[in-house]
Formats: sequence, C-alpha cells, structure tokens
Amino acid sequence: MKNKCISEPQKKSTKRLMLWTLLWVVSLSVSTFGPKFIWNENTTISLIAIIINTGLGAGMIWANVKHFTVLDELQKKIQLDAMGIALGIGIVGGLSYSTLDIANVITKDAEIGFLVMLISVSYIIATIIGKKRYA
Amino acid sequence: MKNRLKVLRAERDMTQADLAQELEVSRQTINAIEKGKFDPSLPLAFKMSTLFKLPIEEIFDNSASE
Repeated sequence: MKNKCISEPQKKSTKRLMLWTLLWVVSLSVSTFGPKFIWNENTTISLIAIIINTGLGAGMIWANVKHFTVLDELQKKIQLDAMGIALGIGIVGGLSYSTLDIANVITKDAEIGFLVMLISVSYIIATIIGKKRYA
Repeated sequence: MKNRLKVLRAERDMTQADLAQELEVSRQTINAIEKGKFDPSLPLAFKMSTLFKLPIEEIFDNSASE
C-alpha cells in the first residue's frame, strides 16, 4: 500500500530542502577548510567562497520557508513548537556558555559551533517529542 | 475537544488515510484530531463539515471546555 502520510508536494519540498542544506554544508566546509588546505590563505578566493556560502545559505532559508507552506496545520505546530524550544535553549544556553567564558570558569574560548550544535540537537529532540505527542 | 470523527469516518467506510487525502492533511493529523489531542483550525473544521454534510457542532462537542 502506498504511504499517504507524506504528500507528493511534501516529498518534493523535502528533497529541495535537503539539496539546499547539503550544498550549504559542503560550501561551509570548503569556506572553512579551503584557506588552509586548498588555496593557501588567498584572501580573494576565501572571499568568493564565503559569498557563495552565504548565497547558498540564503537559498536554504528560502527552501525552508517554502517547505513550511506545504506542511499541514499539525505539522506546522510541531515545527513551530520545536523551533521555539530550540531558540529558547539556544539563547539561554548560548549566553550561559558565553558567561562561563567571560568569567573564566571554562579554560577554552566559547565557540559558535557549540551553539549551533546545541540548537540543532534541541530542535531534533523537540521535533521527535512533538511527533510522539501527537502520534 | 471531543468529536465524532472516528464514527463518521467508519459510517462511510473510510480509513484515516482516505480522510486525510480528502481533507489534504496528513494521516497523523486525522489520528491526533480523532484522539482529541489536536483541535483543527476553523477552515479544516469547515472542510470536514462540507465533506460529512453536517454542521460543525454535530462533529465536534465543545461542552467539555465550556
């Protein structure tokens, strides 16, 4: 039996979002590691790579916004709740982490990567909990 | 909110997937509404009303929340 839980427009939208996200992640890796390992700290190439990465990031945001339009009302609610939780945890956790650094409680400098990871993990967990809640 | 969606669906020999397709929502949404875990929006409630040819108050019972 054909799975009707995900409609054709949703499948198409999910694939488009995955493609944009993949392109953005790859371009981010190139922009981050390229200066050291590929183009020997050439500023012009670094700038071009960062501009491309930012452009692909804008494309990913657009794909995410379009993806929201094909979700039904419950799916939108689950996503909105998860985003709210992830944003809250990101702000509170990120500022606490930054304060730990300023107060010299932690020996290493606060890294933005930690904040991105915290937001991503909390978003994934909140989405799973939301899906389970309404299952 | 309590509702008669499951009964109305069964009377018409429809599965949750069939109803979801008719209303252009996911099967999970139909399941959540039937179990009273999620209240549909007014446009979706009107779609149900049109589909079952019944007034909204005969599909949903708001007495518990009054």
